[in-house]
Amino acid sequence: MSSNQWEIGPIFRALMRNKVGAILIAIQIAVTMTIVVNSIFIILERAQRIERESGIDEANSFYLTTTGFGTSFDPKSTAIDDLALIRATPGVLDAIQINAIPVSGGGWSMSFQTEPGEEKESEGAAIYMVDEHAINALDLEVIAGENFLPNDVRWRQRSVTDWPDNVLITKVLAESLFADIPYQNVVGKTIYIRQTEPMIVKGIVDKIQAPWVGWDDLEHTVLTPELTEFESNRYYIRALPGQRDAIMPIIEEALASSNKQRIIRNMRTVQETRERSYRGDTAMIKILSTTMVILTIVTGLGIVGLASFSVNRRKKQIGTRRALGASQGSIVRYFMIENFLISTVGVVLGAVLTVGLNMLLVNMFSLNALDWYFVPAGMLVLWIVGQIAVFGPAQKAANIPPALATRTV
Amino acid sequence: MFTYYLRLALKSIKRNPILSALMITAIGLGIGASMTTVTVNYLMSANPIPHKSEQLFYVQLDSWSQFEPAREPNEPPDQITWTEATNLMQAKQAYRQTAMASTGGVVEPQGQDEKPFMASIRLAFSDFFPMFDAPFLFGSGWPDSSDDNREYVVVISKATNERVFGGENSVGRTIRIVGENFRVVGVLNDWLLVPRFYDVTTGAFDETEEVFMPFYMKQELELSNGGNTNCWKTPEGEGFAAFLQSECVNYQMWVELRNANEKAQYMDFLNNYVNEQKALGRFARPLNNRLSNVMEWMENQEVVADDAQIMMWVSFMFLLVCLLNTIGLLLAKFTGKAAEIGLRRAVGASKTDLFIQHIVETACIGIAGGILGLGLAFLGLEGIKSLYGEFVQNLVGLDITMMASAILLALVSSILAGMYPTWRACNIAPASQLKSQ
Repeated sequence: MSSNQWEIGPIFRALMRNKVGAILIAIQIAVTMTIVVNSIFIILERAQRIERESGIDEANSFYLTTTGFGTSFDPKSTAIDDLALIRATPGVLDAIQINAIPVSGGGWSMSFQTEPGEEKESEGAAIYMVDEHAINALDLEVIAGENFLPNDVRWRQRSVTDWPDNVLITKVLAESLFADIPYQNVVGKTIYIRQTEPMIVKGIVDKIQAPWVGWDDLEHTVLTPELTEFESNRYYIRALPGQRDAIMPIIEEALASSNKQRIIRNMRTVQETRERSYRGDTAMIKILSTTMVILTIVTGLGIVGLASFSVNRRKKQIGTRRALGASQGSIVRYFMIENFLISTVGVVLGAVLTVGLNMLLVNMFSLNALDWYFVPAGMLVLWIVGQIAVFGPAQKAANIPPALATRTV
Repeated sequence: MFTYYLRLALKSIKRNPILSALMITAIGLGIGASMTTVTVNYLMSANPIPHKSEQLFYVQLDSWSQFEPAREPNEPPDQITWTEATNLMQAKQAYRQTAMASTGGVVEPQGQDEKPFMASIRLAFSDFFPMFDAPFLFGSGWPDSSDDNREYVVVISKATNERVFGGENSVGRTIRIVGENFRVVGVLNDWLLVPRFYDVTTGAFDETEEVFMPFYMKQELELSNGGNTNCWKTPEGEGFAAFLQSECVNYQMWVELRNANEKAQYMDFLNNYVNEQKALGRFARPLNNRLSNVMEWMENQEVVADDAQIMMWVSFMFLLVCLLNTIGLLLAKFTGKAAEIGLRRAVGASKTDLFIQHIVETACIGIAGGILGLGLAFLGLEGIKSLYGEFVQNLVGLDITMMASAILLALVSSILAGMYPTWRACNIAPASQLKSQ
């Protein structure tokens, strides 16, 4: 088929005679594409963030805080009694006392280095103070070395500032600290906390995230063998599969009645904590998705509106062409090609704007730069949207009877 | 004449219900989206204390390590150490001043019915209340002397007063907090700061605290650290005293300075203070002290979330598309009326008449779109609430200003959108449309 039969020349000249409508549609397509492509990019990035796994058994776990008061409150015996009580409760798989909860947003971090002294290279890592039950309660795996033994675990008073001699660290941290050796060989090495205080790596665990989901070194984590003797402390409880919701109130009640000199607060599932921590990302995804859909519909309807109008205005002309032998197909084709030409201007302009907006976002909000293939994909989508939108009015045009040419409107 | 145009406009809108509905919906959606995001941004960046935000200054001293700044490129730490907090307070060089910290503790109501509960506590100096215009329901803040004498006095929030004293005037009564008896000197009235600017290092949109007590209680009762604690150097020695003496920052400091002169003097004082400390072997970094007023400090701490700003700009682009859409549709509509316009011109209507008539029609569409947009903005804000949860409860809500701006924005943008189509419509030659009809 020669280009002559596509009637690109006449379509283009007809367009130029009525530019404003076409320009408006082209700009709408361009701006829509800019928003859609950048939104999809942001949405995908956020979705990836949310999908990162914390490494713990989120579905079956929950935690709570107890805060003691009164002069006769004894944190140490309370913690011992509480842990025995919780671990003996039917439905509990295991439980630990822990100073912070993964993905919760609040915790403790220190820096670690492989050589002692000031101004040495160091890596920040989150610290979880736990006992030998942690591997089981948090659903971790010791992939090299070994777990803490009960006699590794010490009691930490509030004023204490030094650290235990043994630690477990994550594989990612082991690899960051000792880049040149396999992580298995990090077992037995000495690392330094507080610049000079040595700790021996007793084992490597597979994976557990730090509390701060916005942190770059999310999997830099250290487990230290200690129980805390603080007025306030947290218990992390892993239930048997499916038992979590049933045992939460049971444990709360049991703890509350076992000791009246404390309050129990912030009892929460890990799932809920994750939802809270990622709430901003989830919300952004929903808002941008809604915006994208509505915007595409608005643009589509705009195309329908303007195309219908142009069909109405050209009724007589179309009738005449039909009377002169133009097929219905060629009338449909005319409008589809017209829209294709307009869309092409739109998506080319859109490509420029998309990259422009992305550069702006990169500069102002330190977002990442767009991957190149988002731009052609966006162009394709808007071409298709345009073709779908114009199809209805084009069909209507094709249905105009040739006899119309003989009537006065 | 105006009512006649209005009638014509309504007639014209009714004649093309689908086209008109499309335009109204487009404007409504655009306005709804932008108003929702503008409201969120407006409230996030609102000045929480407009009449004196220029006189309140957040104090930063660069006590950080010689090897690296607290924050790149060369920002001083966002809080100060106990040493600085107590030294600056003792120097009393500003018109008003308060160092602050946050902590928490168990409150034990006396009655048998109420259970003990955990309360958020703000540790501050007596100047805190006049500096930040804290509203009192009963009593007042404590006097200066209570600070230095380490008296067991507290100011409690209205909610705490309800919970512990059933809402009665509790001034002079005793309340048990962190295992100690305190005398209530004041009860605050409802006090919601959006943002809670005096301490944005933790949560700028947290509620104000439930209990306020003298700062030195921190040391007296060895109260735990709330908020963020950051150390570039490990405390030397063990115990609570060692932590207080350390280079760890955990305290906020605000001063009230009434004019540029006072500000300059206070800055000189700070610089001198740091130089004295340098002589003692502290403050290894070059002089880098800051006094930021309320709005500067919120800017520095980026209180308005990036996401909120991105959404606002996206919604403006959305509005732009909706307006372009409306222009296109109006153009289509008015051109479709060419015959009618030609006829009216032929029987004597001037261009101005036609212009006014069509602007009235456009304005009607704009107002309808604006009202729809307002409704959608309400829905949008409800949506934001349900998506973000309690974090934004205090942040979403339309006030009169925002409602009026929504309608105005709708009106202005629809009239702007209607300009070109109207101009085109008026330029139809009277005779051109009369032939062959």
